[in-house]
Amino acid sequence: MPTRVINQQINTNDVGGMIEYVLLGDALVRATPLILAGLAVAIAFRAGVLNIGAEGQLLVGAAASAAVSVSAAAIGIAVIPLALVAGAFAGALWAGIAAELRRRFHVLEIISTIMLNFIALHMVSFMVRGPLQEPSRIYPQTESLPLAAQLPIIAPGTRLHLGFLIAIAIACVLAWVFRSTAAGFRIRAVGSSRSAAATAGMINVDRTTYRVFLISGSLAGLAGAVEVSGVTFALYENISPGYGYTAIAVALIAGLSPARVIASGIFFGILETGAGALQRDFGIPSSTALVTEALLILLAIGLASIRGRATHPFAGR
Amino acid sequence: MEGTIRTATPLAFAALGETVVERSGLINIGLEGAIIAGAFGGFVAAGIGGVWFGFAAAGISGSAVALVFAFFAVRLRADQIIAGTAISLLALGITATLNRFLFGSDSFTSGISTMATLPIPGFSSIPIIGRALFSQPPVTYLLYLAIPATWWWMYRTHAGLGLRATGEDPRAAIVAGVPVNRLQYGAVLFGGFMGGIAGGTLVIAQAGSFAEAMSAGRGFIAVAIVVLGRWHPVGAAGAAVVFGAASALQYLFQAMGWSLPYQVFLALPYVLTLLVLASVTGRASAPASLGKWGTTD
Repeated sequence: MPTRVINQQINTNDVGGMIEYVLLGDALVRATPLILAGLAVAIAFRAGVLNIGAEGQLLVGAAASAAVSVSAAAIGIAVIPLALVAGAFAGALWAGIAAELRRRFHVLEIISTIMLNFIALHMVSFMVRGPLQEPSRIYPQTESLPLAAQLPIIAPGTRLHLGFLIAIAIACVLAWVFRSTAAGFRIRAVGSSRSAAATAGMINVDRTTYRVFLISGSLAGLAGAVEVSGVTFALYENISPGYGYTAIAVALIAGLSPARVIASGIFFGILETGAGALQRDFGIPSSTALVTEALLILLAIGLASIRGRATHPFAGR
Repeated sequence: MEGTIRTATPLAFAALGETVVERSGLINIGLEGAIIAGAFGGFVAAGIGGVWFGFAAAGISGSAVALVFAFFAVRLRADQIIAGTAISLLALGITATLNRFLFGSDSFTSGISTMATLPIPGFSSIPIIGRALFSQPPVTYLLYLAIPATWWWMYRTHAGLGLRATGEDPRAAIVAGVPVNRLQYGAVLFGGFMGGIAGGTLVIAQAGSFAEAMSAGRGFIAVAIVVLGRWHPVGAAGAAVVFGAASALQYLFQAMGWSLPYQVFLALPYVLTLLVLASVTGRASAPASLGKWGTTD
């Protein structure tokens, strides 16, 4: 579907159309990690796992994929899937720490994942100044990925890369899993009521929670890997302008539905690209986008609880 | 030793406030937002009207952020964790935006004159602990007063009893005639005020300048400190000191000439938070209704 839109844009054949075409490409590029991380948050929240750690999982995913891309570049184009898998694996591992802390020690994942975000940030900072630094040792970043390790561009003239289609495909698969499979039902059941799911006897609540946590982390890690392989082509400190936090807004605005995460991810991609343009052209700080996102989250949960009020036994007190 | 108390002071302010909030059955992750708002409000006001005016503005800024949380958590009974996270992001975004509008595009701002240390005669010459405890900025002494005052209010007044009852079972408290909503509003505003003072301490008594996101997760660490302090005001203060001591270890390591990457030290407080939570939460006694009202389970 997106390619059809883009083709129309090419056919208009005028300068304004070209600029729109490039900007749309930029917005979709920006939307890609937001969709993947948004899916990570959506699936976790759906199962009652409050994973606020998409940011950290994304960062370690980016670091792992950059490490693989740079060190295994000799194997040619096969390095791309390898790097993406490494990113997803690292994200799952990072989420696994929080999952393990929750299972064994009942540590609130809200706190543990936020702490892991900060640790990941400092770890990336160390990596790009230490073991992964580029050979000349001047800049705090990895060396640039060789061409063979970069995700191919899918719309000529833009930066739009294959990662966008990967994100859409994963969203569709997850939508199907939620709607039509037993695993999806288990996740929804655990998320609606842990006690009811446990009492029903057919569902291992702890195991479901644990697995969802890992899957969520792997999606966020993949978001980081795709960002490195498709956009930045190197790992550096500020590689994520808070994608993992924006992802919370993306997931909530989408009502935690994987299919709708695509739309809300693109919406936020446009919002953030626009905020960047406003900063360049009019000096309006891009942090206003953060404010907008936060207000949208509040609006979403505010509306949800007003709607749910009638059923609340102590409503209005 | 001075470094320990210095690091512990803002954490203790924030954790003391959050202890009161959590004893009312709410969990305010938006504390991070109150701290950054307090830091910014304190920075602006201290530049205009001096350090004490700065602290007043810091506390009010923190309360203003907390008021938003209270509206969502108490009035709307919305999801507290998500509301708190959003409010933290909101405050981080607003302070960053205002900072760039008021002080230019650079994230590093010019300094203000910080609050001088005020050694208390006599006490500050006690061997070993004297200098650490009693040669501090005056705001630290306010903390020393706030800890027993909070304890007294929580455990020796009627309202404090009502607050604790609310945290255990809000429905039973309502039936018993406790003004649950009013107490929760009050607790959240107090928590925000203390968070604001914590932010003010960072700027006015320590850094002397404001930087974007300078709260650096202290709000979240304070929530962990509340757990470590077992939801008790004195416990929270003690736990903050433990944290301060652990963070001050980095100076010791550096003095001993250990050549660890500096990022290890920067990450230390967060790693420590995880370790602490893992070691205490299993057997800690949280208020029974903590964070639960309005959820399905």
